[in-house]
Amino acid sequence: MMTPISLTHYLVLASIIFTIGIFGVFLNRKNLIIILMSIELMLLAVNINFIAFSTHLNLILGQVFALFILTVAAAEAAIGLAILVVFFRSRGTIAVDDANSMKG
Amino acid sequence: MLTLLVFFPLLGSLLSGLLPSFLGKKGVLWVPTILCLVSFIFSVILLFNAIAGDSYTVILGNWINSGSLKVSWALRFDMLSAMMLFVVMLVSTLVHIYSIGYMDHDPHKARFFSYLSLFTFAMLMLVTSNNFLQLFFGWEGVGLCSYLLIGFWFKKQSANAAAIKAFLVNRVGDLGLILGIAAIYFLTGSLDYDVVFNSVSSILNFNIMVFNYTVPCIEIICFLLFIGAMGKSAQIGLHTWLADAMEGPTPVSALIHAATMVTAGVFLVSRCSPLFEYAPVALNCVILVGALTSIFAAFIAISQNDIKKIIAYSTCSQLGYMFFACGVSAYSAGMFHLVTHAFFKALLFLGAGSIIHAMSDEQDIRKMGGLARALPYTCAAMWIGSLALAGLPPFAGFFSKDIILEAAWGHHSFNGYIAFYLGLLAAFLTAFYSWKILFMVFHGKPRSDISKAHESPLYMLIPLLVLSIGAILSGWLGYAMVDTHHDFWQGAILILDNHKALVNAHHVPLLVKLSPIIVALLGILLAWLFYIKNTNLASLFSNKVMFLYSLSKNKFWFDELYELVLCKPLKAIGDFLWNKGDIGIIDKFGPDGIAYICRKVASKVKSFQSGYVYHYAFTMFFGLIALFSWQFLIFFGWV
Repeated sequence: MMTPISLTHYLVLASIIFTIGIFGVFLNRKNLIIILMSIELMLLAVNINFIAFSTHLNLILGQVFALFILTVAAAEAAIGLAILVVFFRSRGTIAVDDANSMKG
Repeated sequence: MLTLLVFFPLLGSLLSGLLPSFLGKKGVLWVPTILCLVSFIFSVILLFNAIAGDSYTVILGNWINSGSLKVSWALRFDMLSAMMLFVVMLVSTLVHIYSIGYMDHDPHKARFFSYLSLFTFAMLMLVTSNNFLQLFFGWEGVGLCSYLLIGFWFKKQSANAAAIKAFLVNRVGDLGLILGIAAIYFLTGSLDYDVVFNSVSSILNFNIMVFNYTVPCIEIICFLLFIGAMGKSAQIGLHTWLADAMEGPTPVSALIHAATMVTAGVFLVSRCSPLFEYAPVALNCVILVGALTSIFAAFIAISQNDIKKIIAYSTCSQLGYMFFACGVSAYSAGMFHLVTHAFFKALLFLGAGSIIHAMSDEQDIRKMGGLARALPYTCAAMWIGSLALAGLPPFAGFFSKDIILEAAWGHHSFNGYIAFYLGLLAAFLTAFYSWKILFMVFHGKPRSDISKAHESPLYMLIPLLVLSIGAILSGWLGYAMVDTHHDFWQGAILILDNHKALVNAHHVPLLVKLSPIIVALLGILLAWLFYIKNTNLASLFSNKVMFLYSLSKNKFWFDELYELVLCKPLKAIGDFLWNKGDIGIIDKFGPDGIAYICRKVASKVKSFQSGYVYHYAFTMFFGLIALFSWQFLIFFGWV
């Protein structure tokens, strides 16, 4: 007998994905693209939360928000990648450890 | 007409000072000069009006209206101011004309003419004021212009130093003046001449106690006013700036430091005669200071070698004469000497300027000699000026100096006799140094190459001519000023009935009358012996009286004394306060201390700024978590 998939499962999944995203941002030393991907992951986790609650509460609002977040995420990815390309052109690298010209 | 007269020089000054490019190269010279000339013509007309008995006050507007202090801008016209207007405008106009020639090579002519005209305006404000505050305005105005003109060649370090010195020494005198003015206001509640002079009797009731002595307030007021006059008129003690002021261009020396500004002190004392007449102790101070200055400055002048310095000390000495004339209540004699002195001293200065011009800026008379042939007109002018200065008849100085010495004798007091004898001695020295200049510059053998020396241009000779005529005739024409049979000054000068020095002056023994001429001739004879007959005699003699000679040569070490007593300690105190107080305490704990703390804290804090994106993200994340946790704790009421 399989347990039906409840709200809790969704929330646990979302928090796992979110945590993976956070660790992707913090622990990654190599590549700026990975930071972008991690941010994307975190946004997806949030989306899962929204959809889950939308179904659970029987409210359309959460799904509307999810669509908005998808749009914003697409724009963010486009801008982020564009910045990345320019950054690579000027510095010749996209290693995170080298991006510290703001060091005090 | 009076208003126009006073404001034309200001207009000239503003035009050539602010719009030099509009006026053009010629305009900056001629516009102020012509405006001055027009003012001068007005002043002549006004002088005749005044002699005919005209006197009035023009109110220009309110200046200060604060509580009981009411001061207005006003032009007071009476015999005294008419006479001063005439003298100031005459000399100023001639100096303007002279400067057109003298400053020919200077690149800053517009600035020079602007200052000259501004000075003229300030001097006119001074002499026509009808209250003490406007007098002070003019007083400071001429001081400012004097400063600007002494330091006109601002690239010369010595000129800057001299300008600052003149300004600072004058401050000392001005402090006295403004305290005197404040005291007058305190006692009479007004600064208006008429009100103050009419309420003298109420001032007389006030006394204050100083160290158990009862001192009448009027004495204090007059003494303070006299300190102001001493500063401006370079009397002994505050005289040190005048000789240094010779760093300025020579026309400036003629206008400011001979004919007009330095005589403002004498004018002040004469103007305040209704106060001074009631202050016998202050008057005695005036006599002694004047007499001491006259001999002291003349004594210094004999050993100087810079032609302008000699004439500067001579001015100082002649101012001393004017003061002791005022001191013996012969104000009109002082004013008379002021007028004649303006003629011959301006003449001497402009003549000296002509010589300096001809010698390409050489001022040392030891390097001149035999210039009479090269500079015939200048030579004649200098002879006339010197004859007038030495007081030989029929030149102007004879009349005025004679009446002053006779008045000093006629005072019949111990101080009066002192003034007479010192004045006589000073007259002897005056003749000596005047002829020292003449003999060393114009006669004898040339002591340097004078082949390039040339007579000055016409612009410079015309003023010499006019002043020469004045130096010859002003004594004759002005003698009415000291005539006791009718009051020439028409009440502008008050002399109490029991002060009879001037009346007595007309009845003195023949020897007293003749003595100034005799000593002047002796002085000339001595100068002839020293500088023509036997040129070794001078150095021989100075070696004999080495102490006196070095006393004179070093100007009684006044500068060194002030340096030692005033400047050094003040500078030491200033240095101490600067190093220990300003830098050591205020800066250390104030700006520097705070900056130090900021830097320390910042150097610790800056290590947080690693520059790595993930550090920032991490901080943000945990900050967010901390904030949420905090909110949760509050929400559940656990805190």
